Formats: sequence, structure tokens, C-alpha cells
Amino acid sequence: MSQDEARGEKPPIKVGLFVTCLVDLFRPSVGFSAIKLLEGAGCTVEVPPMQVCCGQPAYNSGDRAAARSVARGLLDAFDGSDYVVAPSGSCAGMLNKHLPDLFAGDPELEPRAQALAAKSHELVSFLVDVLGVTEVSAAFEGSVAYHDSCSGLRELGVKAQPRFLLSKIAGLELRELDEAEVCCGFGGTFCVKYPDISDAMVSKKLADIGKTGVGTVLAGDLGCLMNMAGKASRQGSRVEFRHVAEILAGDPEVPAIGRVK
Amino acid sequence: MTAPESTSRSFPDNARAALGDAVLQRALGNLKLGFPVKRAEVVADLPEFEALRDAAKDIKNHTLAHLDAYLEIYEANVVKSGGHVHWARTANEACETVLAICRDAGASVVTKGKSMVAEEIGLNAHLDNNGIERVETDLGEYIIQLRNEPPSHIIVPAVHVTKDQIADTFRAAHEGLDPARPLTESRDITDEARNRLREKYFAAEVGITGANFLIAETGSSIIVTNEGNGDLTQTLAKVHIVVASLEKMIPTMEDAFAVLRLLARSSTGQEFSVYTTVSNGPRRPDDLDGPEAYHVVLVDNGRTAMLGSDYQDMLRCIRCAACMNHCPVYGAVGGHAYGWVYPGPMGAVLTPSLIGIAESGHLPHASTFCGRCEQVCPMKIPLTSMMRRYREQSYQSDHMGIFPRKLLGLWSYLASRPTLYRFLTRLAVGVLRLAGSGHGVLRRMPFADAWTRTRDFPAPEGGTFMDRYRRNRPT
Repeated sequence: MSQDEARGEKPPIKVGLFVTCLVDLFRPSVGFSAIKLLEGAGCTVEVPPMQVCCGQPAYNSGDRAAARSVARGLLDAFDGSDYVVAPSGSCAGMLNKHLPDLFAGDPELEPRAQALAAKSHELVSFLVDVLGVTEVSAAFEGSVAYHDSCSGLRELGVKAQPRFLLSKIAGLELRELDEAEVCCGFGGTFCVKYPDISDAMVSKKLADIGKTGVGTVLAGDLGCLMNMAGKASRQGSRVEFRHVAEILAGDPEVPAIGRVK
Repeated sequence: MTAPESTSRSFPDNARAALGDAVLQRALGNLKLGFPVKRAEVVADLPEFEALRDAAKDIKNHTLAHLDAYLEIYEANVVKSGGHVHWARTANEACETVLAICRDAGASVVTKGKSMVAEEIGLNAHLDNNGIERVETDLGEYIIQLRNEPPSHIIVPAVHVTKDQIADTFRAAHEGLDPARPLTESRDITDEARNRLREKYFAAEVGITGANFLIAETGSSIIVTNEGNGDLTQTLAKVHIVVASLEKMIPTMEDAFAVLRLLARSSTGQEFSVYTTVSNGPRRPDDLDGPEAYHVVLVDNGRTAMLGSDYQDMLRCIRCAACMNHCPVYGAVGGHAYGWVYPGPMGAVLTPSLIGIAESGHLPHASTFCGRCEQVCPMKIPLTSMMRRYREQSYQSDHMGIFPRKLLGLWSYLASRPTLYRFLTRLAVGVLRLAGSGHGVLRRMPFADAWTRTRDFPAPEGGTFMDRYRRNRPT
């Protein structure tokens, strides 16, 4: 019996943070915001050093062998975690919904993929649905819109949770986009395979954002955010784009995506 | 060979042209705001909608598992009611069969209701090329027939055409049309088309329709329309020919009506289509009207090859078009860009299944996998999973693009080797950070023209998370 249990307290939940490639390379502060939120909710957070990528780019491009070889490392990396949490609906969706399919038929790896899938979550829905978080201590002044990233929305049901937590932030006014559930045109490799169509889609999204008059757009996936922020920058728009975890953790001192102080 | 040629290989060029077509873009904008909104309203009004989807999926799965048996029961019941069933393995066989029936009937004029399988087998061209005057009776089909275009949507075939263009088309095609007659309102256009079509209904010796369902227990076929043109087509001519693909089969009338509760709701956002018409064999002695002869041409054209394959689920499709109505890619480029008969997400799976992945490899790639199609599909067809399956089949072809494939290969190689990956990505992030310093974004990036032609590339914040984490929290 551990000391915590001896005192009648539950042992802390051991969360493995799946950083994701884009957060690792482009926006490390999202990872630190995620840790702050998870620790604030009473979790112990570990960052297994041998993690890299969930294999989604290869999986969705049709290269299953490469996807398996990439995702294989995660099966070991997160062996010891009670939960695996990612600040991304699309990477969490890959783990939660597709990993068992990727390793289907492999007698050794399929059960391990299923086990990893079962304990994998997107960050904000994990905070609300699993940990039962109802308050955030952050402050923010201004109007924001939350962009529903497709994988998080449709594969994992992430919709109400971020809006619920954002509604707890004093000074933050949440506005809804027209056609909020329509894709921004990122789509992983889609945006470079069919750049013209992708551009038409992100232009439409930015027009809808413009109509709301918000100063900041939040989302749970860096892919969508970089796509929208990149287009906004090219258009000379002043709207800022941030990962929702940054605002929930009260870390807006980092410049917005694609901005300098 | 009469089956329509595909331009799916040039999907990127087709898409670019569509994006630059201002008239088309206006029409697509209207579509996006129409059907999805109405669908959401009627679905919200039906609490058992989700349960119905499951039931419909089960009905179709059961039918497909026993398709051979149901087809034979169906044939026996058609024959019992005095009709004829013709089995056509290929598009060509189907077209020849229809033509032979038309010739036997001495037909010079044939009316035709809307039918996607007729488009698929190239029936229109086949009749036209063999001296039969074919008159499309669905308003949208009539418009695109006059414009000599294929449909761009499976339920609203002329969705890409504006009212002004229709007026111009009618003025060019309708002899004796008074130039002073206004054709500005929908009503004017409909009246003008109706006047022209009425005389054709009576002149036609043969009426051809598709079928939404073929019912095994009764040998009936069902069509749904909003214009009533199908009823006139099939009851006024001496001969009624139903052209239907094998997967239209459903065991019982009750099953058909269960699925019908989903069809119009998913499609146009109506609770039911205006006309739901059941046909059963030719006119009986006591019937007030109906054709003297009733023929069904059952088209395989690739369906039996889909049975038992990874793509069998696609045979559940009831052609409601909910997937394309909700697809952001279809919404951006419209139906013609897809280059063959079936556009949108259902086309991205069905087209490779019917004409081969080599010809249509772009289509399953041209999706962001946003999943909205699956969310609204009344038959719960796993469209994105099947598109992914086709991507696996076509990965080595150039539809993926050689450069993205090389880059992805390099990425996958590195991402399988954490130590090397960390070393190289640390360098790459440093370089990108430097290149974007002072601006926060890169206006141009080598090898990333596809991105930076229209978008800036946000520069990395600085350092990788893994490095910063290790420095902050030594373990």
C-alpha cells in the first residue's frame, strides 16, 4: 500500500503525454500548457522520450507498412501509462480509432494496439470527461471562436468540452462560426496534394472567421491552426490563432502562431 | 463501347478550372446552404433516425449476403406479374438489351426518367447514336440534355447551371419560343419545359426509368421523384423499361419503406419525396392505365466483383447524395471535376470500384478525411476507410505525387528512429526558426511551393519540445 492510499487518498493518475510531431517541432509551449493543465487536475505527467509520431501521415496516404513501423514505437513508449493524452484530436483519433486496424492480424501487436487505443484521449475531452474538471483559473480578455477540428469532432466527440471550459474564463467571449463543422482544408497531406482546393476551403473558413469579428481563433489541432494562421498571415489579417490549451492554461504570453511579439 | 469516358486522371486540372468558374461557384454556394440545412431540420424532427440508420444498414447487409437468392425470387415474381427480366453483365449488354426492346416496340421516340445507372452504362449516347429520339423528362436532366452535358450531381443533375443559363438554353433549343416570353422565374422555366415535354409523353412508344428499389417478395420496382415525370414516363408509353443495378434489390415492401424514411430526409431534407411510385408488371385487364409491356434490365457492370471484396459496403448506397451535399471538396469543385458519372465521396469509392483505380486514382486522395460524409450517410457506409483502402492500392502510382511520396518516405524512415529523428529535427527547427526570425512566418520555403504559393508558413516557436522539456525537467 502506498503512502497516498494509506492516507485514504487516491494515487495520482499517471498520464503519458503524447506530445505529437507538430507540437514538438513548431509549438513546444502547447506541450507545457498541456502538462500544466494535467498536473493542475491532479495527474502525474510523464513524457516518454522514445515517442515520435503516431504514423498518421503514412497511414492516411496509403503506406501501411511505413505507418506500422512509425507507430510501433508508441506501443513500447506508453506501456507504463494509465492514460495517454495528446493535445491533438487527430493524433488522439489515430491512436484511439485506427491503431487496432493498423496492427490487425498481428498476434503480438494487435492486442497491445487495442490496449493503447483504449487508454488514449484528446487533451480537453480528457480533462472534462475523464478527470471531471469544471473550473479553469485562466484569464483572457477578448472575443474568441473555437474551430472544431474534424478528427476530434467526429472521431472523438470533442465539441462541448472545450466550449464548456472556455465559458469558465472570465473576460472571454465565445462566438460561433457559420458552418463551424466544415473542414478548414488542411487534411494532412491533402493541403499539398491538392493545394488549390485546400486554398479555396481555408479562404472560405477565414471569411467565416472574419464575419464573427473575433480577435482570436482557438482549436485543438496545430495542423488546422497552422493552415488557418498561414492563410490569415498571407491575407494580412490581424486575427490571432492559438491552441486552446494555451488559453486554458493561462499562457498567452507566447506570441500567437506565426507572430512575433 | 458506349460507357462514358472518364477525365478523372486530370482531376487537379478539372478542379482548378472549376474553382475559377464564377458561375459554378455561385451555384455551389447555394447548394451548400440548401440541402444540409433542410436535412438537419428533418433529422432533428425524427427521434428514431439513428435507429433507422442501423436498421437500414442491417437490411442491406442481409440482402447483399443473400443477393443471389433474392435476385431469383425477384425474377420469378416479375415473371408471375407478366413482366420480363433481362440480365446484363456489362454496360454494353445492358445498352444492347434496351435498344433491342425499343426496336421491337417500333420506337422512334423514347421518354426517360432520371437514372444514374443509365449514365453509367452510357445508355443516352447509345440510344442517340442508334437513331432513337430520347427525351429526358426530369427537368434537370432535360436541361443538361439540351446543353449536351453530363450530370454534375446524382439527384440535382443541373445544379451547376444558373437560371439565366437555363433561359438561354431554352431560347436556343426551343423552336417557336416567343422572344417576348419571360423566362426569369423558376415558374416560367418549369412551364416552358412542361409544355415541351407534354407532347413527348404521348408520342413516346417506350418509357425508360431507373429504380430506387427492386422488391423481391412482390417483383415490384419503386421510383421516387419530385416532379411526377417518372409516373408519366412509365404509364403513358406502351412499353416500360426499368434499368437497375443489382444492388437495388431489397427483400420486402416493408424493408423498402423503412429505407425510404431515410432517403428523402438524407437527400433533399424532405420527409418524403413528392411521388413514390410502385410498378408491378404490365397493365392488367382491369387497370385504368399502364404500359402493355414491362421489362427490367438488371445491370451487373462490376457489382458482383464488389461482393465479398473490401468494397462490398459501397453496395449499400441508396444514391441520396448526402455525402456530396456535405463534402467540402465537392462543395469547392462541383461534380464535373471528378471526371466520371459519380462525384463526391460516394464517387471516390464507387468510381475506382467500377472503372479501376488506375483510371480514377485521384478521387480517393481528394479528401481531407474530415468524415462529414460518413456522419450523414444514412446507410453508414465507411467511406473514408474505403478511400484509405484505395489509397493503399494506388500508393505507388503518381496520384499521390512523387515529391510528397518521397518526403513522406523520408519522414517515415526518420520517425521510426527516434535518436536520429531528434538530431535532425533539432537542426531543421533551428534553420526554419532563423529563416522566419523577425516575421514569425516564411513567405516562401524550398520544396514547399504547394503550401507557400497561397499561404505563409508559420515559423517554429523555437527549440523542440523534447529538448526544452529535458532541459527544464532533468530526470
